[in-house]
Amino acid sequence: MTDAAEATPPPPEAGPAAGAPVPALEARGIVKAFPGVLANDAVDFDLRPGEIHALLGENGAGKSTLMNILAGLYRPDAGEILLDGRPVAFRSPREAIAAGLGMVHQHFTLVPSQTVTENVLLGLSKPRFWLRPAASDAEVAGLASRYGLKVDPEARIWQLSVGEQQRVEILKLLYRGARILIMDEPTAVLAPQEIEAMMRTLRSMAADGRSIVFISHKLGEVLAIADRITVMRHGRVTAAGIPAAGATRTDLAKLMVGRAVFDVLDRAPIEPGPVVLDVRGVSAENDRALPALRDLSLQVRAGEILGIAAVAGNGQSELAEVITALRPCRGSVRIGDQEVANRSTATAIKAGVAHVPEDRTGVGTSPNLSLADNLIMKRYTAPPIARGWFIDDDAARHMAQGLKDTYSIAAPSIDTEARLLSGGNLQRLIIAREIDTGPRLMVAVQPTRGLDVGAIETVHMTLLRRREAGTAILLISEELDELLALADRIAVLYEGRIVGMFPAETADIHEIGLLMTGGGDPGGPEAVTAATPGASGDGA
Amino acid sequence: MTLVLEPRETVSRRFVWGVTFAALLVALLISGIVIWWVGGDPVRSFLHIVDSAFGSVGVISDTLVKATPLILTGLACSLAFRMRLWNIGAEGQFLLGAWGASAVVLFPLLPAGTPAIIVIPAMMLAGAVAGGLWGFIPGVLRARLGVSEIIVTLMLNYVALLWIQYWVFGAWSEAGFQQTKPFPPEAVLPRLTDLAETFPALGGLTVHLGLIFGIVAASIMWVALERTRWGYEIRLIGDSPRAAEYAGIDIRRKIIVVFVISGALAGLGGMSEVSGVVHRLQDHISPGYGFTAIIIAYLARFGPFRVIVASILFGALILAGREIQPQGIPAMVQGIILFALVGSDVLIRYRVRFDRRLATA
Amino acid sequence: MDFIAILAAGVASGTILAIAAIGEIFAERSGVLNLGVEGMMLVGAVAAFSIAVSTGSPWLGVLVAMLAAGLLSQLHAVMTIHFRADQVVSGLALTFLGTGLARVLGEGLSSARDVTLVGRTTIPLLADVPVIGPIFFTDQSTLTYAAYLLVPIASIWIARTRPGLHLRAVGESPAAADAQGIRVYVTRYAYVFVGGVLAGLAGAAISVAIYPGWFGDQTVNGRGWIAIGLVIFAQWSPVRAALGALLFGAIFRFIIDIQGVGTILGFQSPFTAGSSANFLLGMLPYVLVIVVVVIGSREAVRKRVGAPAALGRPYVRGERGA
Repeated sequence: MTDAAEATPPPPEAGPAAGAPVPALEARGIVKAFPGVLANDAVDFDLRPGEIHALLGENGAGKSTLMNILAGLYRPDAGEILLDGRPVAFRSPREAIAAGLGMVHQHFTLVPSQTVTENVLLGLSKPRFWLRPAASDAEVAGLASRYGLKVDPEARIWQLSVGEQQRVEILKLLYRGARILIMDEPTAVLAPQEIEAMMRTLRSMAADGRSIVFISHKLGEVLAIADRITVMRHGRVTAAGIPAAGATRTDLAKLMVGRAVFDVLDRAPIEPGPVVLDVRGVSAENDRALPALRDLSLQVRAGEILGIAAVAGNGQSELAEVITALRPCRGSVRIGDQEVANRSTATAIKAGVAHVPEDRTGVGTSPNLSLADNLIMKRYTAPPIARGWFIDDDAARHMAQGLKDTYSIAAPSIDTEARLLSGGNLQRLIIAREIDTGPRLMVAVQPTRGLDVGAIETVHMTLLRRREAGTAILLISEELDELLALADRIAVLYEGRIVGMFPAETADIHEIGLLMTGGGDPGGPEAVTAATPGASGDGA
Repeated sequence: MTLVLEPRETVSRRFVWGVTFAALLVALLISGIVIWWVGGDPVRSFLHIVDSAFGSVGVISDTLVKATPLILTGLACSLAFRMRLWNIGAEGQFLLGAWGASAVVLFPLLPAGTPAIIVIPAMMLAGAVAGGLWGFIPGVLRARLGVSEIIVTLMLNYVALLWIQYWVFGAWSEAGFQQTKPFPPEAVLPRLTDLAETFPALGGLTVHLGLIFGIVAASIMWVALERTRWGYEIRLIGDSPRAAEYAGIDIRRKIIVVFVISGALAGLGGMSEVSGVVHRLQDHISPGYGFTAIIIAYLARFGPFRVIVASILFGALILAGREIQPQGIPAMVQGIILFALVGSDVLIRYRVRFDRRLATA
Repeated sequence: MDFIAILAAGVASGTILAIAAIGEIFAERSGVLNLGVEGMMLVGAVAAFSIAVSTGSPWLGVLVAMLAAGLLSQLHAVMTIHFRADQVVSGLALTFLGTGLARVLGEGLSSARDVTLVGRTTIPLLADVPVIGPIFFTDQSTLTYAAYLLVPIASIWIARTRPGLHLRAVGESPAAADAQGIRVYVTRYAYVFVGGVLAGLAGAAISVAIYPGWFGDQTVNGRGWIAIGLVIFAQWSPVRAALGALLFGAIFRFIIDIQGVGTILGFQSPFTAGSSANFLLGMLPYVLVIVVVVIGSREAVRKRVGAPAALGRPYVRGERGA
């Protein structure tokens, strides 16, 4: 892998071409700083009418910040924004929407307990005073069908799948006549087939004359959908508005990260040992009392990584919670000889389960406690940290310092409060703590979400090393690439059931995608994802 | 023009206490203004407070006597608040403890003539158990049924007062008056003035053994919170209950245990008040100790020894406040102080500035 | 025991709770928990009474009471909305402040007699309806009739109007409301103010209408807290709150009346005048609040609905995004 100089981007078709129509949206010299980080460093960006323009960059590159500025959520520290050639300065998202510019965020801004129609109408000055549910429902249904967005206006948001919720978000913008739509990582929560449907919707909206910005960190999709691509890295633009037609994954990767990024992982073949995790006939409900797991069974052996592929909302969170005794269930969950289903979390911990949770800040760490306090969380009940009723402060600090150094957790000291750590360091802390107990089973849920490339590599290396050390690992991830790279076997979870199990060598991404969305039997490819050259394309 | 709050990353302890102290001063200033507005003389009022609380050894002793129940109830609230359990019922737990201790003498639960060395600990136990029971109710409702402890503890305050009134006006009433017969000498906590024969200087000083209870309780609590596993768990639950559950801590049991201990401490305060000061059970034994305790706990930022300091300050306020006109001043001052503390908390957690450009929500 | 008379008096008593509870429902629906209701009611009561005494106009007193309590509520609003203070502690501080303020302002008031009170009337036609008429529409204070109107108005406002939709959104998901251009802070300030105004009205209803006079803290005697408990039982619905208030009003009345009765169901009543057993009887409302709150909590868990999702949490427009 050449780690050398920056790749030279193809000759720029960047910026408004001379004599071309006025760009729908243009940003010049945008600067935005947050405490401790310069998120946007003199960024230029332009969007032509009727185009789909991808904004590419890894996590933390500054893409969302830039778009949030354009959409009126943040104010830039410097720079100007022009809409159809006229300078604008939105003081709130409402002003932006009124001007025809709307954003569909990664985390939806929907009111879960209210209906689709109520959410679409929210914030509008019509209806003037009295709500008219029937008439409004019909109106929303009409709009939805006109753009091929299938959704039930009377349904409450919490009842909808993530893909359907996304459609509601799009509907909200269309209802308000948005001419410019910004989509922030829209495919993060979709399975390959849903992604295709969404791409079709975007193309039809672009054909309709709307302009679309598509923020992503996934090279394949960007190449599939975009007309032009802008790449950002560390708050700066490294390639401005290059045409997608000529770009390759290698070039884009270099622009994103400064070097060609290939997650070539050294996965040695290992003979798996005895069964460590034995889940049999487990059924459980989610927080909404709806079935999340249905009579599910699986096994993980020592020295094996079992990957769980699933679209958000199909039971993966509940699966992790059932195994770590954070959620009651029916059925049996055994770690070695110990039954942990419906027991206390302490029982699961004693049985040798390590849990790297999805929610780093709310569950995995205690924000206002120090690093040291966070690191002893799993060890404070036994010597050497515990001395009878008391905690041996010296032993605790010694252990914490050791872990901090070994796992390179970047922080001023072990007394620093956890909330001050970056996402990557927080994850290092959690992993350090969990591995230090020498677990038999590791349950890792979305372990690399939101992390920068360096941290992702650390996590992957750590998981592989644990695998070699004989730990059984259950890896739940939305990133199929990650699963394909790390897992020995991949199981597909759909609506609370395991609908397919593949050894990694023969796993086919199309098949898996199909199963993830409930389509057809495993085996027998369907005519699917025809227009995604990046999936099997160049240089992967 | 909008207000922008940026979270502060680290704050030094000096900063925290500096801001807290400043908040107290601001509160006093505002109180002074209000006193002046309703026709009082603020300067004289404050000087009067200082004088009648700290002016002589005798009044210092009186201040400490007033501080004693505050220390115990303040510790009760601190412990609960550390775990974000809003024990607003320290007043009721205090009263129940007073009742329980009185019951030892007034039922009676021990035969007359039992020596103090048995009676006093029995009263302590009864007071703690009664207060603990009063804490158990909201604790178990919260732990098992997820019911808001705020409402439950508050309602139990009223129930506790009525309970005492039932006994004081009824079965235990002394000659039809609103109080019980006085406690026999073995049921009275020793006071400094009891040693006046040997040490004449101690004559008239009514500081009683209850103060020692408070100091010992504070010390034990400090050690428990800072140095034991149990205390670590409490701190963890208070900061992030979900992380605590994930770490294997049985939160529900902790809630009940902490509420019971909190109630027991307040109950002990009640016992110390009837046994050390009033020497009988009567209708009005608390001018709102349990409520002032909330402010004390907050001011002390839940630190046991700081609770002692804050209790002395508020003891002074209550002692001297009885003589200030108009009557409601001490209560109002307490409200202003709490608001000022709440505001100071904001300044500690965030940097505040005004931004001309931004629009808020 | 004249049940009609008891229930009629119960309605009057329940009025107070209903007004305060509906006020708190508005505040909580917008996401702000205001525990200062007791303090605001006390301020309202003392303000109304003192103005009525000094100017002879109870209605002026009512107006001042509403304004005073409304202003007081804004103190809590600023602390919790803009300064993101903990809503529980700030509400308690408001209670302390209001209680103390009311004590100070009420100095020397209770001796005042000869105060003109808010008038009482009987509604013609409606008063003739059997059972309901004598209870609800006969010789009730004007403020009670106002409360009758408040219940449906509040209910319809919340459920069927556009501003009501916005209110609910702000309390359930302020981020979503904000994204749609709804002014979250302004909404919260407004509804906390409404809550304060109604608490003031409730206090005034005590001192210049239904239980006239100023008796220090005893004037309100925990009704503000009961109202807060009622909100939980009511599952944030004004109609349910009114029904709960009616129940409590009847109980309060019942407690007073049963103290005169000689026998209950053929048994010697222990609750005679002057008997200490009356204190036990007095516990009833407070114990009932606990029962009612437990019921409300269980129901919320069972039906998977409950408090407005954002209740108690300050809203910050996410500066750092997700």
